[in-house]
Amino acid sequence: MEMQFHIEGGDFSGAGTASSEVKKVLKQLNISPMIIRRIAVALYEAEVNVVAHAFSGEMTVNIESDKIQICIVDEGPGIEDIEQAMQEGFSTASDKVREMGFGAGMGLPNIKRNTDEMKLSSIPGKGTTIEIIVKF
Amino acid sequence: MLIKMETLTLKQLVDDLGFVALTDETRLNRTPESAYVSDLLSDVMGKAKENMIWVTSQAHKNIVAVASLKELSAIVVVNERKVSQDVIEQAEKENVNIIASERAAFETVGLLFDYLNS
Ligand SMILES: Nc1ncnc2c1ncn2[C@@H]1O[C@H](COP(=O)(O)OP(=O)(O)OP(=O)(O)O)[C@@H](O)[C@H]1O
Ligand SMILES: [Mg+2]
Repeated sequence: MEMQFHIEGGDFSGAGTASSEVKKVLKQLNISPMIIRRIAVALYEAEVNVVAHAFSGEMTVNIESDKIQICIVDEGPGIEDIEQAMQEGFSTASDKVREMGFGAGMGLPNIKRNTDEMKLSSIPGKGTTIEIIVKF
Repeated sequence: MLIKMETLTLKQLVDDLGFVALTDETRLNRTPESAYVSDLLSDVMGKAKENMIWVTSQAHKNIVAVASLKELSAIVVVNERKVSQDVIEQAEKENVNIIASERAAFETVGLLFDYLNS
């Protein structure tokens, strides 16, 4: 089963929509609540990163019998130093974004912790791609 | 006392502590299990557990998505922070309870700590 979502940069009030939709579907598929919660955390953080840091993104979700695979490709500033971005506490979020409670530099570590596989790649100046897998 | 813990509802907690439900009061039937205090959304995403009460001074729409995805029992917005109507409507749509406390975070959490541990 495949689902597609468009994510708009800067659209904070819409952030979380894709994650909620996917969560609903996983519930209907009777996936274990613990696994669903992990996926929801990872998906939300990835979604918010596009909203907070990029211009726009496309999310593709593939649900198979034994796993979920999510790929988000965005157009944006990209990430110069992936290793640094992965460190807890590192953030380039603007003051405005921080005031809303984003920018703790915990999103990417949250994704890492809640997924079985995570691949982050970027071309600085063009965009970022994140691929994650969670096994059921 | 054990019986009280097992059957404690948010409604009872709101009445006992003098909080105000901003979303539909008839939905305050969940049982809160402990609380988590943070104004950082990804901190809550990473560390809060289902059924917890989330105490925060954030009042914008994203708190609804966080509470819904984490299956938190309620958000307690402290310090008389204004929660706008579109946030309340979104919360009701997603079955998220929003409660207001007119006290600051420190007092609110103190009250909750004593109440939930009694
Ligand atoms: N899609 C993206 N495009 C460009 N930069 C990104 C993207 N995702 C992450 N980053 C960079 O990596 C940093 C760390 O990301 P992470 O999600 O861990 O923290 P944050 O988004 O800054 O804050 P938080 O997630 O805690 O609200 C970001 O501040 C940003 O510099
Ligand atoms: Mg982030």
